[in-house]
Amino acid sequence: MSLIKAEGLVGGYGNVKVLNDCTVEVDRGKIAVIVGPNGAGKSTAMKAVLGLLKLDSGTVTLDGRDITKLPPQDRIRAGMAFVPQTENIFPSMSVFENLQMGALLRKDPIAAAADEIFSLFPILSDKRSQQAGQLSGGQRQQLAVGRALMTRPSVLLLDEPTAGVSPNVMDELFAKITEIAAQGLAVLMVEQNAALALEIADTGFVLVEGANRFTGSGSDLLNDPDTRRSFLGGRP
Amino acid sequence: MTDILNAFSHITSLLVIPGLAYASQLAFGALGVTLIFGVLRFSNFAHAEGMSLATMFCILITVWLQGASVSIAPLPTALIAMFLAIPLVALVFIGTDRALYKHFRAINAKPEVFMIVSAGIMLISNGVIRVVIGPEGQSFADGERFILTAREFREWTGLTEALVLKTSQLLSIVLALIAGGLLFWFLNRTQMGRSMRAYSDNRNLALLSGVDPNKIVWVTWILVAVLSVMGGVLFGLDKGYRPFVFQQMLLPMFAAAVVGGLGSPVGAVVGSMVVAFSELLLTFAWKKFLAYLLPTGLAPESLMQILATEYKFAISFLILVIVLLIKPTGLFGRATK
Amino acid sequence: MNIRPGVLYAAMAVLLLLVGFIQSWQLALTIINLCLISSIMSLGVNLQWGVAGMFNVGTMGSAAVGGLAVVLISASPVPEAWDAGGMGVLFSGCMLVLTIALALWVSKLMDGHRMKLWLIVMILLVGLTLTRMVFLPATAAIESVDAASTGYLGGLGLPVALSWLAGGLFAALVAWPVGRLVSGLRSDYLAVATFGISEIILAVLRNEEWVARGVKNVTRLPRPVPFEAELQAVEWAQNLAVWSGLPIREMASILVKLAYAGWFLGVLLIIYCLLQRLQRAPWGRMMRAIRDDEEAARAMGKDVGRRHLQAFVIGSAIVGIGGAMLVTLDSQFTVTGYQPLRFTFLIWLMVIIGGSGNHRGAIFGSFLIWFLWVQAETFGHSLAWAVGVLLTPENAISVALQEGAAQLRYVVMGSILVLVMRFAPRGLIPEEQKEFTLDKR
Repeated sequence: MSLIKAEGLVGGYGNVKVLNDCTVEVDRGKIAVIVGPNGAGKSTAMKAVLGLLKLDSGTVTLDGRDITKLPPQDRIRAGMAFVPQTENIFPSMSVFENLQMGALLRKDPIAAAADEIFSLFPILSDKRSQQAGQLSGGQRQQLAVGRALMTRPSVLLLDEPTAGVSPNVMDELFAKITEIAAQGLAVLMVEQNAALALEIADTGFVLVEGANRFTGSGSDLLNDPDTRRSFLGGRP
Repeated sequence: MTDILNAFSHITSLLVIPGLAYASQLAFGALGVTLIFGVLRFSNFAHAEGMSLATMFCILITVWLQGASVSIAPLPTALIAMFLAIPLVALVFIGTDRALYKHFRAINAKPEVFMIVSAGIMLISNGVIRVVIGPEGQSFADGERFILTAREFREWTGLTEALVLKTSQLLSIVLALIAGGLLFWFLNRTQMGRSMRAYSDNRNLALLSGVDPNKIVWVTWILVAVLSVMGGVLFGLDKGYRPFVFQQMLLPMFAAAVVGGLGSPVGAVVGSMVVAFSELLLTFAWKKFLAYLLPTGLAPESLMQILATEYKFAISFLILVIVLLIKPTGLFGRATK
Repeated sequence: MNIRPGVLYAAMAVLLLLVGFIQSWQLALTIINLCLISSIMSLGVNLQWGVAGMFNVGTMGSAAVGGLAVVLISASPVPEAWDAGGMGVLFSGCMLVLTIALALWVSKLMDGHRMKLWLIVMILLVGLTLTRMVFLPATAAIESVDAASTGYLGGLGLPVALSWLAGGLFAALVAWPVGRLVSGLRSDYLAVATFGISEIILAVLRNEEWVARGVKNVTRLPRPVPFEAELQAVEWAQNLAVWSGLPIREMASILVKLAYAGWFLGVLLIIYCLLQRLQRAPWGRMMRAIRDDEEAARAMGKDVGRRHLQAFVIGSAIVGIGGAMLVTLDSQFTVTGYQPLRFTFLIWLMVIIGGSGNHRGAIFGSFLIWFLWVQAETFGHSLAWAVGVLLTPENAISVALQEGAAQLRYVVMGSILVLVMRFAPRGLIPEEQKEFTLDKR
């Protein structure tokens, strides 16, 4: 029984169906990656998990509880956290204020949670009173992840966390994400850099035209010549 | 030496103090403009009329208080009236928001639509004010008019040039400092204030973080009501209340907000200083000042005014246009978009 | 076939006829004349906002510049003023041009140099100071020539109808550099900037008395129709008066207003036809494409800034023509009459209520709004009277309403604007939908 499970998702924008029976799930301490060609509905699937998309059918459960009808804010209250692909920080506020905003839904003191974030991303600790808009691309992504973790979620949703960052930073970010999962979180992410992401993933979902085409462990998908050729850019 | 002191007293009395008072009054308006822009995302054309409306409430309450012989002399009665007017004005603003702006937010209307609606509200308030209180000027200042009169100063110092300080000027400056301090404390140090800034910074992320947009909108209008009442009353005490005067404040206020960067409260304050002092410096008659400082033979004959006083209001527009063309984001504006 | 515009226009005609029968024909014609002029102005605004999607709130400036053209073209010249300071003003104008040219030349010559900015500031400071030294005495001399009746340079004394064209041209000449500066700005900033610029134009007109007497107003401007007094002496007019049973004074006034209406209607029809052609031409289609999806149009390689500038200039020119016609109708140029409420927001209201993007709608909106604008005061008086009867005439509320009856029109106009935006954002005669819609995600 997975912690978060979205099953048989069908939906889209207006009359355009983007998702046609798509299923994703991930358990505590595991990393699942959604990959697939452009326009396959990867980000849309993630939005559906968070509740930002009006579904025609399908169910989302969190720890066995049906949350399909819950609005996004209530899902976040229930233990989900989301890092959007862009505009994922408050640029004119300081790093620390960004973390404070992340913990808005929590009523208890936030010092401990902030300390955990600072020990996970030491660079943020150094820049805690700097304006977030002045951070470098990689630091911004770290802050965005840190902000999302402030609610101490059980599920972390990441929409292309490595979009637009340099390869070095990418490796570092993936390492951090592995570290986060190891603490017991269920991590679900959408990635453009499929090959790299599948290396750290426990499960990979390959979406094509809004439906699951292949599902398997990260290494299985990486070693499968079919998926390699079709979706991983045919890299050796 | 006396000449230098005279020159100093002359510009303090006629330039520095009026400039600070005007900048303070302007800052109340510009902060309102910038808060509405930051949180609600539109330029509020009705803002000047809103201040006028707020002042109108205050005048009516002041008259009522004076009738009931409530007084805090030597301070003007309007100061008490202010506190009574704030809830009323806040109700009007929130009512307008619920009746109109809320709908346009819900349908995600373009900023132009908000501006057109605010122009409609401007027209309505304009008419209502004139029907209720009449188009003529109203004097509602009571209490002590001067803190330092010309005669007192001359007797005290023996200088020819008197340094005059009006109660309304000192009140404007002091209350602006207090209100500004409280506003910045609220925005930077409280959860609600942070949420407001976050909402204006990145609306979607703020919503995801659990910010309640309705609450933010309410608090914004309440803040705007407080600022409008204070700014309007202080301006009215200083310059006398005439309904159309506030319409002329609209562009200096916009100019101040844009110079500082729309959406930035610090910018609004700095922008107000820039606009107020540019207006005064450029239209100030420097003749007397120079006559005191220069040797007798060199004293200028003309008024030494850079621009005619009639251009006073045009200056703020000019600053506005120049800033828009050179750096539309203003001094403290966000770099993005 | 959509019958709505026809019905609305017919209803409007009935309303105006009712004014003629119940109130007076003179009033009806006065309203119609201003409706026609407002229609022209709102066509200009509609081109900018409805067709191009530019949020220009500087309509008042264009109207004032158009009005100024009437003074400069058709007023009689004041030779004494020219003798007194004409050369001085021209000379200072040349100095100004030279200063700016020098600054531009230096700016090009020293591109990238460290001292460039300072040098340009110095050039401008020195140049402007020198210019002022010539300019101020010259204008002072002009303004002191028979200050009570002239005190300005006067115009060229040309036929007044020519000044309408000139009004459009002047407004276009002012709009072009303004448009160059603002057409790239975001709508909030565009609105604030154009609003500010229109106020600057008015500030200059108010204070530079040598141009058009400032707040002292230029009166008795020539007109393209005969005077009432002349008509009263003409035989056919007298016969017409006898035939219709109206006093000759009234008849003459009606005839003059009809003549004006003829002129205005002619201009309106010409502009309307030209705009309709433009609308159907590739230019119009492209403008709407840009308005509906600027990003897509840009991606398709359309020069959005240039198109916006064109719409801005043409629209301003049309407003300028309307402004010139208004001054001709009043036979006087009253600077203090230019208020943003009347010349910017009211025109906007006309465009929006009629249906932005649709010229027929804009014209209908102008008729309706001007009609309401005039009648709102009547309505206000009736309301005050009714309240006075219901309560007592001395009651504070009825006194306030009596005194504020004229102000109620603002409330009425604002409410209409707000209600239209809320419940019929596409106006009473909505723009026809595109033949097909792109399915956009």
